[in-house]
Amino acid sequence: MFEIFGIPSQALFGQLLIGLINGSFYALLSLGLAVIFGMLNIINFSHGAQYMMGAFAAYLILQYAGLGYWPALIIAPILVGITGIIIERAFLQWLYKLDHLYGLLLTFGLALILEGVARNYFGSAGLPYTVPESLQGGRNLGFMFLPNYRAWVIAASLTVCIGTWFVIERTRLGAYLRAATENPTLVRAFGINVPRMITLTYGFGVALAAFAGVMAAPIYNVSPQMGSELIIVVFAVVVIGGMGSILGAIVTGFGLGVVEGLTKVFFPEASNTVIFVIMAIVLLVRPAGLFGRRG
Amino acid sequence: MRKTLGLAVLAAVLACGAANAQQINVKIGVLSDMSSLYADIGGPGSVAAAKLAIADFTKDHPNVKVDLISGDHQNKPDIGSQIANQWFDVDKVDMIIDVPNSGVALAVSQIANNKNKVFIVSGAAASDLTGPKCNANTVHWTYDTWMLANGTGNAMVKTGGDTWFFLTADYAFGHALERDTAAAVEKAGGKVLGKVRHPLNTNDFSSFLLQAQSSKAKVVGLANAGGDTINSIKQAAEFGIVKGGQKMAGLLVFASDVNALGLNTAQGLTLTETWYWDANDTNRAWTKRWHEAGAAASKFPTMIHAGVYAGILHYLKARLEMGGDPDGKAVVAKMKATPTDDPLFGKGTIDAAGRKRHDAFLFEVKKPAESKHPGDFYNLKATIPAKDAFRDPKDSGCPLVNS
Repeated sequence: MFEIFGIPSQALFGQLLIGLINGSFYALLSLGLAVIFGMLNIINFSHGAQYMMGAFAAYLILQYAGLGYWPALIIAPILVGITGIIIERAFLQWLYKLDHLYGLLLTFGLALILEGVARNYFGSAGLPYTVPESLQGGRNLGFMFLPNYRAWVIAASLTVCIGTWFVIERTRLGAYLRAATENPTLVRAFGINVPRMITLTYGFGVALAAFAGVMAAPIYNVSPQMGSELIIVVFAVVVIGGMGSILGAIVTGFGLGVVEGLTKVFFPEASNTVIFVIMAIVLLVRPAGLFGRRG
Repeated sequence: MRKTLGLAVLAAVLACGAANAQQINVKIGVLSDMSSLYADIGGPGSVAAAKLAIADFTKDHPNVKVDLISGDHQNKPDIGSQIANQWFDVDKVDMIIDVPNSGVALAVSQIANNKNKVFIVSGAAASDLTGPKCNANTVHWTYDTWMLANGTGNAMVKTGGDTWFFLTADYAFGHALERDTAAAVEKAGGKVLGKVRHPLNTNDFSSFLLQAQSSKAKVVGLANAGGDTINSIKQAAEFGIVKGGQKMAGLLVFASDVNALGLNTAQGLTLTETWYWDANDTNRAWTKRWHEAGAAASKFPTMIHAGVYAGILHYLKARLEMGGDPDGKAVVAKMKATPTDDPLFGKGTIDAAGRKRHDAFLFEVKKPAESKHPGDFYNLKATIPAKDAFRDPKDSGCPLVNS
């Protein structure tokens, strides 16, 4: 066994894998943000709260409907996605013509309200949620113990990310969407219902956040502030990747997970600042982000 | 007309003043984390506990009038200091209580000392508050890192857990808890193999847990609190730390944390507390009143809430006996001179360093099958008597002790 900077290589491989797993949460969340920003031009600050709603919905579905993890993985994103659609119809649709700042303020306010309501009803300590039975335990990879649930997280997240990228970049529906952002009037002239498409896109972005929330429930503390702790990092990921770039969000999500994982080995105290250091450097060198186009 | 009215009011005020010559006015501020990770161990529950204490005391002593205000320090020492300064200077607050988060508590303790007011710590843990950073205006009520370290640390070493690896929250509290536990472990013949310091409010502990796993230490000591502890324990279960033969020692685990983990995940965990809501009928009755005073029905009071209640009672007792409007140092001296006696902690004392001394209890979290009703969390393993539960003031390094 060889060593790298005094760390045994085995431990290092383990940390790389762990970083990739954490990166899958960043990727899932930043993907939703990128889709919403790319298609709606809205900076969705309530994304963290919607991720939290996903986890809480999973808990409530278990508590009141008796349905476990797998049904929740489908039902919770749909329910939270519907609330997203209501939010878009009631508030966001009036803001597209205004400055970005208005959308940001509105969604930030919504996030505070959602968190406050959750804290009022459930307290801040959190709610219990366990790993589904079929994914308990783990396997020894030789260089680390990989819990089955984490393996599932990485697989599911990759599938969803690549699927979303494919739909938006490679299918006809995606082409309509992209065209509608470029020139909505022209696309409408072809007989496509642009407002409905935009509404559904926001609903989908929100559902992605809720999906990540359900994925997180068994391993992270399900508490009202779980989203606000994560969302700042996720915003940094989106900025580094390039605002609105879907591929950028996915690649930087996984990449920064790895960078953060390595920081936790070499200099753990800096592990929650390293992403912002990278963000500052990227903004200095490439202001549009790694995958962004200069607009 | 206005003049007569004014005179009448003045006369009325003077008359009242004369009639209540013994009137004692007290203003208490509950400074806590109202909205973030420590809001369930202190927060609104502490305000409810303070209301109970005031109601109980003023019922027997109607000549004591107590005003209560509360504030949110957001876990930031600068915000906490700003509120404390404003309360003492502008709002004429006599005493601040609670303050979970040792970083904020150390700052507030300094301010109370400079302005010669009173500070009763219930929420914060750092034993430095009655150690090198002690002062004549601060009383540390409920628990501290030395007590947690010696309670849980000793118990683990005695049952064979003699090599330790720490996951430490990277701020004043975590450092103090790690230092005190390491000292307790080494004193009992154990050894510390390593440690890793993580930022406050970390989401993912898997990297740190892997490091703990590869250290081969028998015990993984969690020198953190709240959401950090919950995440560590939840993920340790996932990574098979306990199944692999290592033990988890939650050095600071509250009833609210056990509630958040669920007994399924938390079972078997050893922890030390000074008060447990389900320990006896007095505590259960108090909990019922605590819920009625505005605390959410789904929550269970922690030892911090009990400490806020008991601390206020003892403070008011001192104020009543002294009368008038004495300065902070005099009140704290009086509090130290008077033995404490309250329904929740029983009889106790406050030592020269400002450390409140009472019994501590070593608990083990029940298995789901053993739990009879919601909140039925613990089995009592041992009672640590007050004299052993807390640090001997002579060893505290507190300048007040030798003078």
